[in-house]
Amino acid sequence: MSPFATFCLRMGDNALILGQRTGEWCGHAPVLEEDIAFANMGLDLIGQTQLWYGMVSDELGKSPDDLAFFRGEREFLNTLLVEQPNTDFAHALMRQYLFDAWHLPMLDGLTGSTNADVAALAEKSVKEVRYHIDRSRDLIVRLGDGSPESHDRMQAALDWLWPFTADLLARDAADDTLVAEGMIPAAAPVQQAFDWETAETFARATLTAPDGPRRTGGRTGNHSEHMGYLLAVMQSVPRAHPGAHW
Amino acid sequence: MPTLDQMRAVVAQVPDPEIPAVSLVDLGIVRDVALEGETVVVTVTPTYTGCPATAVIALDIETELLRQGADKVRIDTRMSPAWTTDWITDQGREKLRAYGIAPPTVAAANCAGMLSAQSPDCPLCGSADTALIAGRGSTPCKAQFRCNSCLEPFDYFKAI
Ligand SMILES: [Zn+2]
Repeated sequence: MSPFATFCLRMGDNALILGQRTGEWCGHAPVLEEDIAFANMGLDLIGQTQLWYGMVSDELGKSPDDLAFFRGEREFLNTLLVEQPNTDFAHALMRQYLFDAWHLPMLDGLTGSTNADVAALAEKSVKEVRYHIDRSRDLIVRLGDGSPESHDRMQAALDWLWPFTADLLARDAADDTLVAEGMIPAAAPVQQAFDWETAETFARATLTAPDGPRRTGGRTGNHSEHMGYLLAVMQSVPRAHPGAHW
Repeated sequence: MPTLDQMRAVVAQVPDPEIPAVSLVDLGIVRDVALEGETVVVTVTPTYTGCPATAVIALDIETELLRQGADKVRIDTRMSPAWTTDWITDQGREKLRAYGIAPPTVAAANCAGMLSAQSPDCPLCGSADTALIAGRGSTPCKAQFRCNSCLEPFDYFKAI
């Protein structure tokens, strides 16, 4: 697989798996407005997935639907963060915020890509993702700096999820090739934007990012135990009825 | 075979599937109508990437053109420049308001995706005393507000 296809799959897989997790709140979120908000953000993410998969469909000889529904766990290149289970609403909000804090500067950088299709995709997506982080940042601050219970639950979510952010920010040789070609932004500006965004927001939210080991693996296909269950749910209907349409 | 002007008039009548009070042209979704030989080519730009209405929009335009006498229809999707609420026509904004949806209050470039930079008047009573309920509404393109004067909730079409 080319470095470009690897990169597009990583972007698309992140959006798809987070979109799936987000969609799991449909009918289950604590209040109706946030239920609708999560479902609608999931739609944005799945829409973005289709665009990323569409970029590499020809090279890989697979349609976007094939890529979503007929790949196995080790073939997915999403980060560990997005596959983490919903557990608690605080976890879902924190997972969304940490993802947004990386996604926004990444897409911002991609609007300057030397690949015109990537730049157009990023230009479109970044507008949606600005609204995503506007919501998630606001809720992190309100609940982090809220009641003792909301604070404790947000801090517990941050303690659990923070180690997985290393996987979002990691880079490898495929990325280096694309950076050299001007196709994707360098690591440093994305990392700096992430660091600044999270430091500022956690200070306002009275939350503390933990020290300790950081986890990577998802972007090379080494997933946590939660990934298989997620795929089993997401892929069961197309696998039971391959080729079905309506 | 109808003329290009007649085809444009047909397309201008096709309503948005989710907000039927406004047309696809009012919303700036239709970017071009042209003739290539026998084929009517309509260029549309998607609103939000995951908007479920996108497929229905293409189907509605095609169905209406065929019904009005076009021989062949092709729908092209244009990604760039990305759709923006700045393209909603003045007529479209008035129709939204009359339908009970507050139209975008600012140019997309001036809000950077922040709802705090947007303060719609109530489309029902006109009051400026309104408050955000949630950043997402019944569709991805809308947010939910409430009016502190008439106490009614309403949808707001976010600037993007
Ligand atoms: Zn009112």
